[in-house]
Amino acid sequence: MTKQPLLDVKNLVTEFIIPEGIVYAVNGISFNVNPGETLAVVGESGCGKSVSMLSVMGLIPTPPGIIVDGEAIYGNKNLFKLAEEEMEQIRGKEIAMVFQDPMTSLNPVLTIGKQITEALICHFDITKNDARDRAISLLDMVGIPEARNRLDDYPHQFSGGMRQRVMIAMALACDPHLLIADEPTTALDVTIQAQIVELVLQLKRQKDMAVIWITHDLGVVAGIADRVNVMYAGYIVEEALVDDLYEDPRHPYTCGLLGSLPRVDHRRERKLCSIPGSPPSLLVKPVGCPFRPRCQYSKEICQFETPKLRETSRGHHVACWIDIQSGEQISGS
Amino acid sequence: MDPEPLVIVEKLKKYFPVKKGLVFQKQSGFVKAVDEVSFEICRGETLGLVGESGCGKTTVGRTMLGLYPITEGKVVIEKLDIAKADRNKLHRLRQKAQMIFQDPYASLNPRWTVSAIISEPIWVHHLAHSEKEKIERVQELMKLVGLSPRLINRFPHEFSGGQRQRIGIARALASQPEFIVCDEPISALDVSIQAQVVNLLEELQDQFQLTYLFIAHDLSMVRHICDRVAVMYLGTLVESADRDELYENPLHPYTKALLSAVPIPDPKKDRMRHRIILQGDVPSPISPPSGCRFHTRCPMEKPHCGELVPVFKEAAPRHWVACHEIT
Amino acid sequence: MGILNIMIAESTPNLFVDDLETPPLPLTTLAWKRFKRHRMAMLGGVFLILLVLYSFGGSLFVEEKYANFTNPPIRLNTPSWQHPFGTDTVGRDVLARTIYGGQISMIIGILAVIIETSLGILIGALAGYYGGTIDSLLMRFTEAMLNIPEIFLLIVMAKFFGNKIPNLTLLGRTFSGSVVVIIVIIGLTSWMYLARIVRAEFLSIKENDFILAAKATGTSNTEIIIRHILPNSIAPIIVSATLGIANAILSEAYISFLGLGVQPPTATWGNMLDGANNYIESAPWLWFFPGLLILLTVLSINFLGDGLRDAIDPHSRAI
Repeated sequence: MTKQPLLDVKNLVTEFIIPEGIVYAVNGISFNVNPGETLAVVGESGCGKSVSMLSVMGLIPTPPGIIVDGEAIYGNKNLFKLAEEEMEQIRGKEIAMVFQDPMTSLNPVLTIGKQITEALICHFDITKNDARDRAISLLDMVGIPEARNRLDDYPHQFSGGMRQRVMIAMALACDPHLLIADEPTTALDVTIQAQIVELVLQLKRQKDMAVIWITHDLGVVAGIADRVNVMYAGYIVEEALVDDLYEDPRHPYTCGLLGSLPRVDHRRERKLCSIPGSPPSLLVKPVGCPFRPRCQYSKEICQFETPKLRETSRGHHVACWIDIQSGEQISGS
Repeated sequence: MDPEPLVIVEKLKKYFPVKKGLVFQKQSGFVKAVDEVSFEICRGETLGLVGESGCGKTTVGRTMLGLYPITEGKVVIEKLDIAKADRNKLHRLRQKAQMIFQDPYASLNPRWTVSAIISEPIWVHHLAHSEKEKIERVQELMKLVGLSPRLINRFPHEFSGGQRQRIGIARALASQPEFIVCDEPISALDVSIQAQVVNLLEELQDQFQLTYLFIAHDLSMVRHICDRVAVMYLGTLVESADRDELYENPLHPYTKALLSAVPIPDPKKDRMRHRIILQGDVPSPISPPSGCRFHTRCPMEKPHCGELVPVFKEAAPRHWVACHEIT
Repeated sequence: MGILNIMIAESTPNLFVDDLETPPLPLTTLAWKRFKRHRMAMLGGVFLILLVLYSFGGSLFVEEKYANFTNPPIRLNTPSWQHPFGTDTVGRDVLARTIYGGQISMIIGILAVIIETSLGILIGALAGYYGGTIDSLLMRFTEAMLNIPEIFLLIVMAKFFGNKIPNLTLLGRTFSGSVVVIIVIIGLTSWMYLARIVRAEFLSIKENDFILAAKATGTSNTEIIIRHILPNSIAPIIVSATLGIANAILSEAYISFLGLGVQPPTATWGNMLDGANNYIESAPWLWFFPGLLILLTVLSINFLGDGLRDAIDPHSRAI
């Protein structure tokens, strides 16, 4: 059963040129999303998870950013080769994005209604009144009470959770096939986060759209994702179905992350195991495995050669020279 | 027998005036950030103070250390009443009670070297007799928090977030305090760094018999590090109990909803879970709901909840809760 | 779960983590890098050094008495080998006077800015740090001062205080007392913008957690102002002070041109222009050389200030 993926990104390399040197933000990653699937991209700040998605959307500011290499196949088009006007047609209409900070992504001097209707009029040939009705039904859909009355409110009159709902309503205005959510719940409280997660899951089922959910929170991922990409220092280090990843993590970094999480549902048994050190500076072009300095399994080969993703079991890929269960270097490399 | 508590907070109130007008400012109301909060912390214990943003937990911590004037109520740390203390006593208290901050970037002066930052409490409280002694002390503190003393003359921007938080911890330890308010010390850090810092805080607690007030919104981490947990909602305490009691047998509907909203990093278990999704948002603390402040979002709401303020009472041994429905 | 158990077995790792990371460039290196990209600022810096060398180094070659030596028979001579910049209305050598006048102009600029900066920091810091009533009072006063045209203030004060201080003798040289008057007047009439900048800086910096940390530690207000906040607001102060020197030199030129500034025999670039307006066509060298020097100095300082702003204070392009 080989489905044509909705979005297929191959060997994406994104760099930023700044006075201090070159930031190697994304170092050749490949991933895909199938229709109707939720892909979670997990990693710590600076691991390239947002930059890779912004690259795909053509939203990297150039300069200083440049997409050095790679292709992003959507339908039968390579998004990196499209002209700006064609990209604008895809962006928002076919692929929509929701950002972390709902306060800065909304224009503070325009009413919510104006911002939603503008997007609608821009993409569809409809009248102002139709757009207004559509906006009301969208706000209804994302669970904003008294949507009709709130259309003429300004962003500051909404709470953080409500603003994020407005952002989601705007993103869904054109029924996109793919929604990219960049840490949409990080700025929110847990009870509000639960509301938003529930909302997105429900909308995804309703509209059968694919979702890429970028986050650093492995707890949220467990509740929402079908498949997970773990990123570290601009590389994808592990890729697996969500159950496989949590039950049988294969990359030392993933293991470390899972081991360092306290559990709300267990009594305390032990100290947390932490990963020593901190993520590497992205200003240095990595030689060998990027995780090596913090890895307790590292062998000689890790110093000199960057591991590629290899399949350990069906659909489970890991980029590591070591078989983590035996602690031995994998053979036949 | 309960040992004498190190910290006693009794009916603490902190209202911030809301002002209007540019030149002639008129007071138009209050933000009731903290309203009648009471708790005690024993020596060597860690009390977790949890709640959503805007619930007043940070204000509690800052008011306790005398950083904001107390509107009403009592805070006693080491037998010293903060509200009545004069300048000298307050100054002495600041040696005994310290604070660790959330933002490792904003909490260190960017123009100061690590040495100057960590030694600030030392010179303010005259704890070193000579420059040499001061430097030795700073180096010792750096080793203690896992930073190499070689970096003593570096500036904060040369460090990563986790390392900066270690600098902040070293500064808090420099005056040899007994009580430390940890105000969300890990929420700005990456996941892999959080565990490092939490372990460090625990090691230091064991080594120096420190008492912590651990303010956080991450309920998993609070369960891990705290002995007792108090839950705040909109300026008031709704429930407090020993750690496992609170997590395994929550009584207040808000605590229940809060706990069920915390994601669990285990997909299979997460799918089996029953989530209580609260409706709506936290109301404004300028005009909080009457009666029980939670009644506007409460799934168990009864008519009288909006009229009577629930009493904070001991529903089970060492398990306090403020709710009309629990007797 | 086997892997987790292995990791659990390990105790907390030893945390000497710092060796793993390469530190970013120090702030000064970064600032210098940004400054170097600013071509005009580099050019301004070079010109300024040349101008300082000209004014101060020049006195090694030309003696002061030569600048003040009147010789009516050779009045208004055109530039020649003997008097490269020509002579003025009483036969003094214009070249020598631009050299000694430059010294006075620059000293006036620097000293006036020291007064301006001290006042501006003091008033801005008190207003910004304490806020409330102190802030309201000080800022209303600042605004009142700003509402009086500066030139008007300068002229009135110069007229009022002028000639009240006798000549001074310093390092074996005689200066007109009016130099001191001008310095003080310029300093007293120009601190307002700086006070506003400093106040704004203080308002934002005092909200940082490290100020709260200092308060929690028990650091006194004075220590917090001087040791914590001031070093963090130094960048806009340096920039503003640099640009202030140019303004002070210009102000001195204005009032000296009007004859109210520094009195003869002490030369400044400004008072050399006084009277030159009668000879705009017949003796252009009278105004051309001091005018050019003022122009070059002010331009260089402004370019330098712009570059400094980008280098050390990249966030505030406005003001």
